[in-house]
Amino acid sequence: MSNNRQILSDYVLHLADNALILGQRNSEWCGHGPVLEQDIAITNISLDLIGQARSLYQYAAQLIGNGATEDRLAYLRDAREFRNCLLVELPRGDWAVTTLRQFFFSAYQMLLFQQMLHSSDTTLAAIAEKSLKEVTYHVRWSSEWVIRLGDGTEESHNRMENALADLWAFTGELFVPSDYEKSVADNGIGVDVSSLKDNWLQKVQDVFNEATLTIPTTTWFQSGGKEGIHTEHLGYLLADLQFLQRAYPGMEW
Amino acid sequence: MKNFILKYYYGDIPEDKSGGAADARQTATQSDWPLWEVFIRSKQGLDHKHVGSLHAADAQMAIENARDVYTRRMEGVSIWVVESKYIHASNPEEAESFYEPASDKVYRHPTFYNVPDEVKHM
Repeated sequence: MSNNRQILSDYVLHLADNALILGQRNSEWCGHGPVLEQDIAITNISLDLIGQARSLYQYAAQLIGNGATEDRLAYLRDAREFRNCLLVELPRGDWAVTTLRQFFFSAYQMLLFQQMLHSSDTTLAAIAEKSLKEVTYHVRWSSEWVIRLGDGTEESHNRMENALADLWAFTGELFVPSDYEKSVADNGIGVDVSSLKDNWLQKVQDVFNEATLTIPTTTWFQSGGKEGIHTEHLGYLLADLQFLQRAYPGMEW
Repeated sequence: MKNFILKYYYGDIPEDKSGGAADARQTATQSDWPLWEVFIRSKQGLDHKHVGSLHAADAQMAIENARDVYTRRMEGVSIWVVESKYIHASNPEEAESFYEPASDKVYRHPTFYNVPDEVKHM
C-alpha cells in the first residue's frame, strides 16, 4: 500500500471510529432512556452514527484491501488501533453528560462535514453530504437539551455544570490535527480541523448563553485518541462490542 | 352510579388523562409532561391523519418526538401536534342519540353517482 493510501485509510478510519464508538456508547441508552420518546430519539442518533461508520469502514476496507471488510475493521481491531477522539469513548454518564457530549461532537461534525463537501475525494464528499442532514438534526436535538437542562431547575443546571466540568478537557483534541489529518488537509482531501475551532466556540457560546452556562477558561486539554492512546473506558466498550466475533470468529446471523 | 362502568371509545380522551402542564401541583417528572396528539401528512396533497400520541414538555419537543417516533420509516412530510387537553370529544354515553338516527338514511350517501377513474383518493 502506497504511503498516500495508508494516510488516507488512517484518516477514514479515524472518522469511522469516531462515529462507531459514539454510536455504540449512545446505544447503551436503548431501553433505559428517561422517557420512551427520548429513548427512541437517542437510539435513532446511534443508528445514524453507526450508518456513517459503515459507509466509512466500507471505504477504508476498499483502500486497505488485503481481505479487509467493514466487519473486520469494527470487530477485530484492538483498542490501540482505534483512532477515535477520547470525547466519544467516555462513559455515557447521566442524561446531561450524554446530551452535552452529543452537542459538542455534533457541532464539530457539522462544521467538519460542511467543509468535507468540497473534498477532492468524491467518496468522502458524498458521505459528508448524506451525513450532514442527519448531523443537522443531532445538533438541533442536543442543543435543545443543553438549553433545557442548563436553564431548567437547580438540579438540572447543576447536572449540566458537572457534565461540562467532566467533558470540557476532552473537547480540545477535536481541533488539534494528527499527522494524517495534516497530510490529507494539505492534499485537499481532508479538513483542516484547527480552522473549525472558532466557529465551534461561537456555536457553543450561542447555546451556552441560552443555557446559562459559562465556557471554562482552562486551556489544558486531553489528547491521544487520534494516535491510539485511549482512556481505560474504550477497552470495556470494545469488549461489549466485539465479544461475539472474538468468541465465535466469523459468526453470522 | 352512572359512572360505575366507564367505557372509553377510541379517540375519547378523558379529562383526568389528558394534558395538564398548567397544574401547579405537578412536579417536573416524566408522567407530568402533557400528552400530545400527533397528526402526520404522508405526502403532499393528502390530509394530516391522526397517528397516535406522546408525551413532551413543550410543542417543539412534541414535534421532534413525533419525528423520532412516527416518521422514522419515511411515513411523513409534515407533522401537526396538539395538546390532547385541547381536543374535545363527543360523549360515548350519547352515542345513541348522536349516531343511530343516521343509520336508516341511506339516501344521504352519495353512492348514486359514478366516480370517474381519474378521481383518486375518494
